[in-house]
Amino acid sequence: MIDQESIQEPSYLEYKGKHKGIFAWILSTDHKRIGMLYLFSILTMFSIGATIGLLMKFELIAPGKTIMGPQTYNAFFTLHGIIMIFTVVIPGLPAVFGNFLLPLMIGAKDVAFPRLNLLSWYFYVTGVSLVIISQFTGQGPPDTGWTFYAPYSFRTAGNMLPAVFGAFVLGFSSVLTGLNFLVTIHRMRAPGMTWLRMPLFPWTLYATGWVQLLATPIIGITLLLVAAERILHIGFFDPTLGGDPLLYQHLFWTYSHPAVYIMILPAMGAISEIISTFSHKVIFGYKFMIASVVAIAFVGYFVWGHHMFTSGMSGTALYSFSLLTFLVAIPSAVKVFNWIATMYKGSIDLQTPFYWAIAFIFVFMIGGFSGLILGSLATNIHLHATHFVLAHFHFIVFGGTGFAFFGAMHYWYPKITGRMYDSKWANTGLLLFFVGFITLYGPMFYLGMKGMPRRYYDYDEIFHAGNIVSSIGSWVLYSGAAIIIINLFYSLKTGSRAQADPWGGKTLEWTIQSPPPVENFKEQPVITKGPYSYI
Amino acid sequence: MSTITENDRNDMSSKLGMWLFLFTEMLIFGCLFIVYSIYRYRNSTAFHLAAQELSVFIGTINTIILLCSSCTIAMSVTAIRKKDKKMALMLLGITIFFGLCFLTNKYFEWGSHLREHIYPGSKLLALRGQGDVLFYGLYFFMTGLHALHIIIGLVFISIVTYSILKDRINSENYVLLENSGLYWHLVDLIWIFLFPLFYLIT
Repeated sequence: MIDQESIQEPSYLEYKGKHKGIFAWILSTDHKRIGMLYLFSILTMFSIGATIGLLMKFELIAPGKTIMGPQTYNAFFTLHGIIMIFTVVIPGLPAVFGNFLLPLMIGAKDVAFPRLNLLSWYFYVTGVSLVIISQFTGQGPPDTGWTFYAPYSFRTAGNMLPAVFGAFVLGFSSVLTGLNFLVTIHRMRAPGMTWLRMPLFPWTLYATGWVQLLATPIIGITLLLVAAERILHIGFFDPTLGGDPLLYQHLFWTYSHPAVYIMILPAMGAISEIISTFSHKVIFGYKFMIASVVAIAFVGYFVWGHHMFTSGMSGTALYSFSLLTFLVAIPSAVKVFNWIATMYKGSIDLQTPFYWAIAFIFVFMIGGFSGLILGSLATNIHLHATHFVLAHFHFIVFGGTGFAFFGAMHYWYPKITGRMYDSKWANTGLLLFFVGFITLYGPMFYLGMKGMPRRYYDYDEIFHAGNIVSSIGSWVLYSGAAIIIINLFYSLKTGSRAQADPWGGKTLEWTIQSPPPVENFKEQPVITKGPYSYI
Repeated sequence: MSTITENDRNDMSSKLGMWLFLFTEMLIFGCLFIVYSIYRYRNSTAFHLAAQELSVFIGTINTIILLCSSCTIAMSVTAIRKKDKKMALMLLGITIFFGLCFLTNKYFEWGSHLREHIYPGSKLLALRGQGDVLFYGLYFFMTGLHALHIIIGLVFISIVTYSILKDRINSENYVLLENSGLYWHLVDLIWIFLFPLFYLIT
């Protein structure tokens, strides 16, 4: 690899363009700056969503009203869901790390459509604003949950329209990002980078791009139909006008289940990068990793019905969806085995990102196994819409995507900022985060099996003990997250300068200086071998 | 911030991006076609009777208009390739004219329904039963969304026409014209499905 450190070029952070101050950022078409715009927006939304979650857990510390009434609680879990799903975990890894790293990892100067990329961020901001507006205007905030289930979503007095349009616009942002990445990967790979020489993170972004492109329009049109239902009473989902609310659920989950793969696939990609780098070993079963990513993305389209096992479907539909759900577990397990096999006989360097990766595998496995319990028809009837579902879903979405997000942040932090962070504080934060996470969501499995439903501000006395543990866990988790984020911000000023390749990574982004120069590569890199070329 | 990349042009990428975007449009309407087929299956008699009330004549005229406009925009791409700027502008003008004709017909068609108090949420429609409510709900929603696409397409084509006038689109660089053509063909194609679904299948 070429050593480019000898002559430092101005980095993307120092570059002086035609705009000054904040405009140099919000009008920038540089994929790296857009990635940072997303990072700050998403961290802001994450803090809001996490604080709402903390308040909800505080409400649940004792039966009866603790700090909020039922209506406020309904509004809170709706807002928590909309923020965390649509504005944090769906754009999370693709929009932040995908934007920053995709061109670097495939040896390109930028994404295929830089201006469209900036436009996507503006769509994101518009969507977020609409969601926030919905909280403070009209006759009270939305209270349907993030699923906007019909017919309640067009009968409630809550201010649904801005929230629904907000989710629609956020979908637009997601589609355009996916489209951009697909074209970038197809057209802009460096000479010599064949499909089977592409690192796994770009591969997962590629699969995610297709899911974003082919699934998001469904939710777009479905939300428009809900809006039309509210404004014009067209009757598609209204049983009194001949419509079918079940059809809404089908259309909603046709998107929202694949959306889970938008969240988890890039997370798996980032984890693959981290594990290979810190094991100093080529990823085990590289082709199988790719095949499993594609298989997850493909099969993921056909499992949406498992959200509706109790909604009323034919027996054939139930069996088919259950079987397909079990099929998704196979490629997911292939990935876990391959990560473990990569570590085997590797020369493991125990650094913060690697700890995150191990924590990811642990929580992802618990989340995955509990998913099988929910995917089987008989147990699903018992556990449907209980805290068990809540626990499963947070283990996968927060445990999976969230852990991978923070892992990726600690892995690529030196590349992005040009500084190293204080790893002692980072590890302390991770430990608290992990312990808090298990304490918060672990008891929910138990509570769910005992029959505690989700989305209630109140519960029976018999659920008290588990809820106390869970609420205490939320404080630990929250403080862990605070330490992690504060440490990363603090290290921006105090951290030591990062080398081009502080971890010994072998993918292309580590061949250029940290932080990267504006034009990324001084000379077009030519690829002659596969990624992860450790001896 | 302007980087060198911004000035790089890659026609293949632009066209690939446009095709991918068209996939999303197809899925949007595909989803509505599914909604349509489910409700048609459940209310076949009502859909059958309601469909007979639509004017096949206006529908046919509009189909012919759109097919011709697709032809003219395709011809304008050939014209610009042959460096015939005047011909290209004229053909795009005809395309825009056809588009406006389509919208005018749609205006009169919708107008006649509204005069008869047939629109989503009207009391008269509710009295006629659930099948009619769903049929006209789908009719207004789907043709309305299609008309919105026609309007977006017309704006797109007008921008392209202006760019040709200013020589920003020429025989060397006409990918934007091609993309507007692709979009217009899609809008046409969707109508080719909407027309039989609402007007012809009775």
